[in-house]
Amino acid sequence: MRCGRRGAHGGGQSVVDVTYDRAFDPNARTANLRFVAGRVAVYAFLGFFALIYLIPLFVIVANSFRELPEITRNGLIAIPQSFSLSAWPRAWLHHCVAGTCEGIQRNFYNSLIMTIPATIISTVLGAINGYVLSKWRFPGSETLFVCMTLGVFMPGQISLLPWAFILGTLNLSNTIYGLILVHVIQGMSFTTLFCRNYYVNIPDDLVKAARIDGAGFWRVFYKIILPLSPPILIVTVIWQFTGIWNEYLFGVVFTGGRQQPVTAALVGLATNSMNARAYDVASCAVLIAAVPPLLIYFFGGKYFVRGLTQGAIK
Amino acid sequence: MATLTVSGLHKRFGVVEVLKGIDLEARTGEFVALVGPSGCGKSTLLAMIAGLESVSEGEIRIDGTLVNSVAPKDRDIAMVFQSYALYPTMTARQNMTFGMESRGVPKVEQDAAIKRVASLLQIQPLLNRKPGQLSGGQRQRVAMGRALVRDPKLFLFDEPLSNLDAKLRVDMRTEIKKLHQRVGKTTVYVTHDQIEAMTLASRIAVMHQGSIQQFDEPQAVYDRPANMFVAGFMGSPSMNFIPGELMKLDGRPAVAIALGHGEIATLPLPQTPVHRPANGKVVLGVRPEHLFRYDPNLKAQKAGLAMLTAPVEVVEPTGAETHAVLKVGDREIVGRFDPDGAPRLGELLPLGIDMAHVCLFDPGTQALIPQVAA
Repeated sequence: MRCGRRGAHGGGQSVVDVTYDRAFDPNARTANLRFVAGRVAVYAFLGFFALIYLIPLFVIVANSFRELPEITRNGLIAIPQSFSLSAWPRAWLHHCVAGTCEGIQRNFYNSLIMTIPATIISTVLGAINGYVLSKWRFPGSETLFVCMTLGVFMPGQISLLPWAFILGTLNLSNTIYGLILVHVIQGMSFTTLFCRNYYVNIPDDLVKAARIDGAGFWRVFYKIILPLSPPILIVTVIWQFTGIWNEYLFGVVFTGGRQQPVTAALVGLATNSMNARAYDVASCAVLIAAVPPLLIYFFGGKYFVRGLTQGAIK
Repeated sequence: MATLTVSGLHKRFGVVEVLKGIDLEARTGEFVALVGPSGCGKSTLLAMIAGLESVSEGEIRIDGTLVNSVAPKDRDIAMVFQSYALYPTMTARQNMTFGMESRGVPKVEQDAAIKRVASLLQIQPLLNRKPGQLSGGQRQRVAMGRALVRDPKLFLFDEPLSNLDAKLRVDMRTEIKKLHQRVGKTTVYVTHDQIEAMTLASRIAVMHQGSIQQFDEPQAVYDRPANMFVAGFMGSPSMNFIPGELMKLDGRPAVAIALGHGEIATLPLPQTPVHRPANGKVVLGVRPEHLFRYDPNLKAQKAGLAMLTAPVEVVEPTGAETHAVLKVGDREIVGRFDPDGAPRLGELLPLGIDMAHVCLFDPGTQALIPQVAA
C-alpha cells in the first residue's frame, strides 16, 4: 500500500506539473461549463417539485393567520389579505369539537400520553425480540421471526374487529390504555424487524466472548448489545413515534369524544357540519398536531437516515 | 494448572456428523495445536471445549471434572477469537475487566491484574483506547490481555493470527510462544497454518473430515506422518508422492518406480518395511528437502542414497532456497535446493534421494507403512 502510493506519487509528479502550468485548458473549460449547466438543471428540477410539494403547507400556514370572513370571501387558496392570531388560542383551548368546547388541547395530551409509552414499550420489546431472534436462536426461531414480520405487511383494517373484541374483553374500550396496547402490539412487527436485522450484523463472536467472560442473557444485552444500538433505536423511536402519533383509524374506531387522540379529533373538527367550517381554526389545529412529529424529525432526522443506511459494525 | 481430556467426542448438526469420535488430551502446561483444512471440524471442537456448542456424544473433562453440560462461564477458560471479538463500545481496559466484573472480582484485584497483564503485553499506553482506535496487532494484544487477566485453567485460541498481515503474524507467533513459555498455561490452539502449528505446539493434532488423523509431537508428525493426508498437509512445499512397487535388490528391500518410456528406477531402502501391501504396490513419500543434486562423491559418505535422472520443468527461486519442479515418470515432484548449484531450466538433473528419510504408504488405506532398521 505504502509502496504503491509512493510509486504513483513519484510517477505522476511530472504529469501534474504540466497540467498546472497551463493557463487555459479548453477541454477543462467546456467540461466545467457543461457541469455547471447540468447542476443548474438539476437544482431547477428539484426546486420545482419541492415547491409543488410545499404549496399545501403554505396554504395551511397562511390560512391559520387569516381571518375567517376573508377566507370565505376569497377562497381557501389565495394570497393572504388579513392577519389575525385569534384562531390559535381558539383551536387550542375553546373550539367546540363533537360537543365539548375545550379545543384540541385535551386530545393533544391524549396523543402524547398514548404515543410516548407506546413508542417506548414497543421499542424495548422490539430490541429484546431482535436480540433473541438474532443472538439466541432456537429451533423454530426463524419461523417465528417470519410470522412476526407478517404483521408489517398486514393492513390495520384487518385487525379492527379482533382488536374491538379484545379491548371489549379487557374492558379497555374507549381508553387511552387500550390504544397504547393496540399500538404496542401493532408496532412490534416493525421494531422487531428493525432491531433483528441490525443485530444480525453484530458479530456473534462478541456474544460468545461475553458468555465466556461470565455474562448472562441480560448482561450481554445491557453491556454489549444496547451500547451498540443507538443508531437503530433512534430509527425505531422516530418510526414508532410518528407512526403512532399520525395513526387515526384505531383512534376513531376505539375512542370517542374526550378520549380521542388528536388525529381523530382533527377529523371530527373537519367534519363538524353543525356550523360553518372554521377553516382558520382547523388550519391551526392541523399545524399544532403536526408539531411533535416535526420536532422528532428535526432532532433525529440525520440519525434516522444514518441508522437506516448503516451497515455492519466492525 | 489443568489438564484437558476429550474422549469419544461426536458432534452432529442434524444428519451431518461434523466430529466423528475425537480423542484428545492436553497435559498440564501443554500447548496443543489443532490443525487442518477449513471444514475439518477443528473450530467446532474448540467451541465445544469452550462450551459454546453442545456435545452430541462423548466427554469433555477439565481437570478430571466432566464439563459437558457446564456453562462456558463456569468452565474457567479464556478464549481468543479470530475476529478478536473486542467489545467495540468499551476501552481496552474495560474490555479486559469485563470478565472480572461479571464475576464480581473486587476493584483492587482487577487493577492489579490489569497492571500485571498490561506490562506483560506492553499495552499500557493503549488501555484507554477503544478497539476502533487500535491497529490489528494492538487489538490482538488486547484480546490476549482479556484472556490473560482472568488467570483461567485453560486457554483457547481460535485462529488468532489469521487476520494479521504476514509480517505481523510471524512476530505475534513468536510473542505467543514467549508468552506461553512465561505463563505456562494449558493451551489449545486452532489454526489452519501448519507452520504455526509446528512452531508453537508441544503436540499437534492433525484433523481431517471430523477425525484426528494424528496426534503427536511436531517433529514426529513431520517425519513420520500417519497417513498420506497428514504427509501432504504438513510441510510446504508438500511431500511428493510417487507410486512404486516393493521388491528386493541383492536381497535388500527396494522400491521400483517408473520413469516413463518403460524405464524403471530401483531405489534401495536402508530400512525394512514392517509389512508388505497385498500386491506389493506402495506410494513413496519424499520431502522436497530430501532431494538434491547427485554428487558421486556423496555416495561413498552417505548410506541410503538413490540416484535417478529427472528433467527440470520449472525453477522457482525464493532467495534462501530454490524450488524446482522435476518430472519423474508422469508425475511432477518438487525439490528444495541450495541456490548454489540449483537445477537449471531444461537440465536433465542427476537427482539424489535421501532414502533414509522417505516414507512408504499403502495406496489402498493411505496409511504409513512403518520401517524398521534392518
